[in-house]
Amino acid sequence: MSLTTKVGGATIDYVDKRTGILGPAKANFRKLFPDHWSFMLGEIVLYSFIVLLLTGTYLTFFFKPSMAEVVYNGSYVPLKGIEMSEAYASTLHISFDVRGGLLIRQIHHWAALFFVAAMIVHMFRVFFTGAFRRPRELNWVVGGIMLMIGLLEGFAGYSLPDDLLSGVGVRIVSGIVEAIPIVGTYLMFFIWGGEFPGTDFIPRLFIVHVLLFPAILLALVGVHLVLIFYLKHTQYPGRGRTEDNVVGYPLFPIYTAKAGGFFFIVFGLITLVSAVVTINPVWAYGPYVPDQVTADSQPDWYIGFLDGMLRAFPNWEWILFGHTWSWNVFIPGLVMPGILFTALALYPFFESWITGDKREHHILDRPRNAPVRTGIGVMAITFFGIATINGANDLLAVGFHLSINQITWFTRIGLFVAPPLAFVATHRLCIGLQRRDRDKLLHGRETGRILRLPHGEFIEVHEPITDTEKAVILSHPQRRPLPMPAKTDENGVRTPRYRWRWIQAKLSSFWYRDSVETPSAAEIEAAEEHMRHGIGSEHEHRGDFEISHHEIGESETVEALTSRSEED
Amino acid sequence: MTRAPRRRHPFAGVAVLLVGLVATGTAFAAVNAGTSAQASGAVASQTQVEAGRQLYVEGCASCHGIAGEGTEEYPSLIGTGAAAVDFQMQTGKMPATSPGVQVIGKPRNYSDDEIAAIAAYVASLGAGPAIPTAAELDFAGADLSEGGTLFRTNCMQCHNFAGKGGALSDGAFAPSLMDVDSKIIWEAMLTGPQNMPIFSNETLPPESKQAILKWIDHLQNDKDPGGLALGSMGPVSEGVFVWIVGLGLVLAVTVWIGAKVR
Repeated sequence: MSLTTKVGGATIDYVDKRTGILGPAKANFRKLFPDHWSFMLGEIVLYSFIVLLLTGTYLTFFFKPSMAEVVYNGSYVPLKGIEMSEAYASTLHISFDVRGGLLIRQIHHWAALFFVAAMIVHMFRVFFTGAFRRPRELNWVVGGIMLMIGLLEGFAGYSLPDDLLSGVGVRIVSGIVEAIPIVGTYLMFFIWGGEFPGTDFIPRLFIVHVLLFPAILLALVGVHLVLIFYLKHTQYPGRGRTEDNVVGYPLFPIYTAKAGGFFFIVFGLITLVSAVVTINPVWAYGPYVPDQVTADSQPDWYIGFLDGMLRAFPNWEWILFGHTWSWNVFIPGLVMPGILFTALALYPFFESWITGDKREHHILDRPRNAPVRTGIGVMAITFFGIATINGANDLLAVGFHLSINQITWFTRIGLFVAPPLAFVATHRLCIGLQRRDRDKLLHGRETGRILRLPHGEFIEVHEPITDTEKAVILSHPQRRPLPMPAKTDENGVRTPRYRWRWIQAKLSSFWYRDSVETPSAAEIEAAEEHMRHGIGSEHEHRGDFEISHHEIGESETVEALTSRSEED
Repeated sequence: MTRAPRRRHPFAGVAVLLVGLVATGTAFAAVNAGTSAQASGAVASQTQVEAGRQLYVEGCASCHGIAGEGTEEYPSLIGTGAAAVDFQMQTGKMPATSPGVQVIGKPRNYSDDEIAAIAAYVASLGAGPAIPTAAELDFAGADLSEGGTLFRTNCMQCHNFAGKGGALSDGAFAPSLMDVDSKIIWEAMLTGPQNMPIFSNETLPPESKQAILKWIDHLQNDKDPGGLALGSMGPVSEGVFVWIVGLGLVLAVTVWIGAKVR
């Protein structure tokens, strides 16, 4: 026995005798997790979060969250002798005079962009596969809150250096706070400690950025992971996978090794990007001075959709009862994101209300089998995308020789017209894929091999699909919409909450509309029998007409004219 | 085939370098002298004015009037000065090919002498800003960080923090300053072409203009200390980069690891 094993064993023994942890630890080490690359998207979020914590800690050693005026005298010549806040001066100090400071700053900022982007991709995966369904609704809500705090945390982070760009962002946020009817001005003075920009905001934002939000995020990450562990991970449909089992590999050693390695890969890639590409060149923006602004003043990408909505909103403003009602800022700045995030968090409950599906789900949906949900997802992405694009309207105008005013109108109309179009297109695509699935079950896979029959006819050879493929297609249980409620029961008593249930049933029938029936076991049996008898035992369907032809046996010669493999 | 072991004298390279340097230096001095002579040629000769008038009548009068008085649609040139003519014609914006939201620069179609002649003619119509002298354009002694402050206060709301240009309303735009000559920038400040405001020597003294030139020179020539600047367009290009390259890389690795276990 090597020394390491001996020492390790002794340590484990020592800890176990005092805590009794070995029993539960052993059981959990062997816990199975299903395997798929898309299940690692959440890990990217976690690892960039760890990178953020590590680099952020380093930055706090040197950053001074203070609005005290100083004259810059560091080593970056173009800004020498300029008056600026200590916050900005210390950010320049980190960038140019602290060993490794610029790299750490860039890692921190790039990791933040990765963090939110990976969070959103992870959310797409969870949404489109229906992983948020019972029993995981609460974990979806936890994720939604983390996303929202992630956005706010990112905003707080890039606002701290007090450079010109961040100051402009803070000014917009102060404007949004002021736009809250009646109490806005008071709130803004309360948060900023007086007139904008004042000297209180940066120190306050600093505590929010390094303590409050990270603490909440860390706690929620804990809850999120415990819930995954406790509720077990979902799995994709496949052979041998049911709602009652988990097919996968044990946490230890497979996933611990993979996750450990993956952490370093994510960390390494973020570092690589940070070492090569500059991010937030604060030295180029200069210190924040309220009467200065630069062209191309944009927030980081994840706030871009808010900026885009703000830029597109009509200039509606009332002066009523001695108050200014700035709908032009209040609605796009607070009401719309409020509605969007509430809708996001409540979506699982909305869906289960429509479908009436309260069962537990551990097998993931294929997006095509929930066309309305998939359509809603693509609709949301379209909305978010158009709003984000408008957030960069000035860059688009210059880059593509467009008029910024036309882009604004495109956005105003597009935000309402494009998402429904995206919904319809996605819905149709899903139905089309469902039909193809049914077709594959009943007629097999198109092989691309064309046969010429003895009497001269050409047919394409179909082959039965594999059992795995069949299991995947059949994993989707056939469901029916909720029945329309009767207005009164048999005694003529009005059904309670009739209107409400009528809406629910209407939505439910919309949910399942056009969905393709999964063939029954008997139908599949018959179809397979048909295919076993070889090509063209009776009829081959060809478009609108049928051709009957003679049976051919194995001994008969057939001529393969073309061969083209088609990968499904 | 064997070569002579020493076909060249060991100092041949140095000699060539010296000759090259001398030639370049002389050429530069000649060109430089030419420029300053032209720039300081404020006292235009009558023949030059007359030559300019000829060129003006041929190329400019259809829009700006037979004596620079302007037409219904196009502006008068009386009092615009030589600087405006030099700016518009050196950048190829004038003569304009087509009216639009904004007149776009293109390769110029008049020689230096011709432009100087037209400038002299237009300057003779009424007093206006003159073409800057080489001494005025010499920003070597200017304060760089003061130039930065002036640039941030006066220029970057349209031209962007890195001088890459930016959007204005209705399809107009502030052009990039990346390849623009100091003289052209000075003339633009003095004359305020198209949407640009006028920064006369009363509002923005020549020393301040020199500081701005020094800052723009810094923007044009100094490398970004942080690495690739992604076009210096602010967070939008960073966002595009993280989605396409950054996340692309990470997802490629993710799929690769995911495929490894099977």
